[in-house]
Amino acid sequence: MSVLVYTESEQGKFKKVAFEVASYAKAVADQMGTTVTAITINASDVSELGSYGVDKVLKVNDSKLDMFNAKTYANIIKQAAEKEGTKVVVVSSSADSKYLAPLLAVGLDAGYASNVVEAPTSASPFTVKRTAFTNKAFIFSTIDTDVKIVGVSKNAFGLKEHSGSATAEDFAPSIPENGVHVESVDKATNTVTIADAEIVVSGGRGLKGPENWGMIEELAEVLGAATACSKPVSDLGWRPHGEHVGQTGKPVASNLYIAIGISGAIQHLAGINASKVKVVINSDPEAPFFKAADYGVVGDAFEVVPKLIEKLKEFKAQNA
Amino acid sequence: MKILVCISHVPDTTSKINFTDGDTKFDTNGVQFVINPNDEFGLTRAMWFKEKQGASVDVINVGGPETEPTLRKALAIGADSAIRVNTPATDGFAVAKQLANVVKDGGYDLIIAGRESIDYNGGMVPGMLAELLGANFVTNCISLEVDGANAKAVREIDGGKETVSTTLPLVIGGQKGIVEESDLRIPNMRGIMQARQKPLNVVEPVEATKETSTVKFEKPEPKGAVKLVSPDNLDELVSLLHNEAKVI
Repeated sequence: MSVLVYTESEQGKFKKVAFEVASYAKAVADQMGTTVTAITINASDVSELGSYGVDKVLKVNDSKLDMFNAKTYANIIKQAAEKEGTKVVVVSSSADSKYLAPLLAVGLDAGYASNVVEAPTSASPFTVKRTAFTNKAFIFSTIDTDVKIVGVSKNAFGLKEHSGSATAEDFAPSIPENGVHVESVDKATNTVTIADAEIVVSGGRGLKGPENWGMIEELAEVLGAATACSKPVSDLGWRPHGEHVGQTGKPVASNLYIAIGISGAIQHLAGINASKVKVVINSDPEAPFFKAADYGVVGDAFEVVPKLIEKLKEFKAQNA
Repeated sequence: MKILVCISHVPDTTSKINFTDGDTKFDTNGVQFVINPNDEFGLTRAMWFKEKQGASVDVINVGGPETEPTLRKALAIGADSAIRVNTPATDGFAVAKQLANVVKDGGYDLIIAGRESIDYNGGMVPGMLAELLGANFVTNCISLEVDGANAKAVREIDGGKETVSTTLPLVIGGQKGIVEESDLRIPNMRGIMQARQKPLNVVEPVEATKETSTVKFEKPEPKGAVKLVSPDNLDELVSLLHNEAKVI
């Protein structure tokens, strides 16, 4: 009956979203008067999960699972859910979890709600609040099936620490073969990704050309931020597609989003709207982004950004 | 190769989103509907397979008669024929079930959908469809090559990309990258004229129970006014971000 949460790891270490979904699972379990079981796949130290409300950990460790595979992982989570008699499975909104959740939903005959931003507003009928229309609205939906899957939006519920510890149990599910094989993974290891970043620094066409991105990268480095860009910038080939954020690009749900030389087209604003605090730097005071931002600087990016970098360096030095 | 492209009929990306009937229904008044952008990237890739590899391309939508102009647009872009499953799209699972039924009967090798629709953003139809069919599945797909029964695809992952090999039958969740923005096609007059003659088959739904229900919609709280900081006083911005917003 316990709530099952899939706590993702990478190279043995938990991703930050693992603790957020564990916190969410704990809130659901409290509403339902039950406990939280986490399933981990090739995580090394699982003790941290206890601090986020997990009571029990099903540890799967198998070198065959070193590469993520949606169908295989979904099948393993299904086996864990069946073993635990789970009624609610909680997953994150990472690219991997969004890939496996629909497969898991069919496997468990479970209804699935994605992009959920709050603890259920009611346990019966099981009702969740989720974003829709690319953050232009919310939907309250009921999940009507016996088993339910909740996909939690990134950075929406937050981390909730608990005093507690989790007991770990080795779990050896069967590992089915399937027809999708990973040939290679191309991933920058030393930069912050848009998905994980607490802060995102984003540049638009106002920067005039790809040769001017040095200051964007420097600002990102000072802040420990990921770099992103608007759609025209990626369409012009100034920056890689993977950096395009907006309605047809990547969604951003960071704590701080800094938009430089981005006018704020409605599609761009929709994609970054889930960010908590937005700062715009633009020379045009009429740019629509000023209506969506919390803080704004009307000024030439080529003057403002270098100065801001200096100020932030001073701030970091004082607060180090 | 027989390709089926799943087309979602969605409000244009610039639409203002409003609700009616006590916030229980999406207000379509004044809204222009388009092919879901993620689906359009996939459709354009399908046209490439048609022209370079001799594939046939059908398009499908689950929805009422109001979605037919969107299917006609897909035909004008170059699809061979269209199918409309005559039932409202109630939730992701019910749609996947209707699609699976058509795919089984139609003998399709490759099914391309968008990674998500830009209205409900569920991101679940392609995966559920693949699982219902027992087909291979790659989502967030930014490159796709097919050679006989073998396929090579690239998937966008958090912070990078992953190259996979797989086989048909295959379901793809496409997005920008599977073709470039500049590859998208605007239907020309000849395409629009031809589209009127192409078959648009309306098929009746199979029984499919939805698993989730919409209770009501809500719009986000209106935002407060922006706080402007002078470009000559960036210390204030740093201080606001630290002390007020608490994000640095």
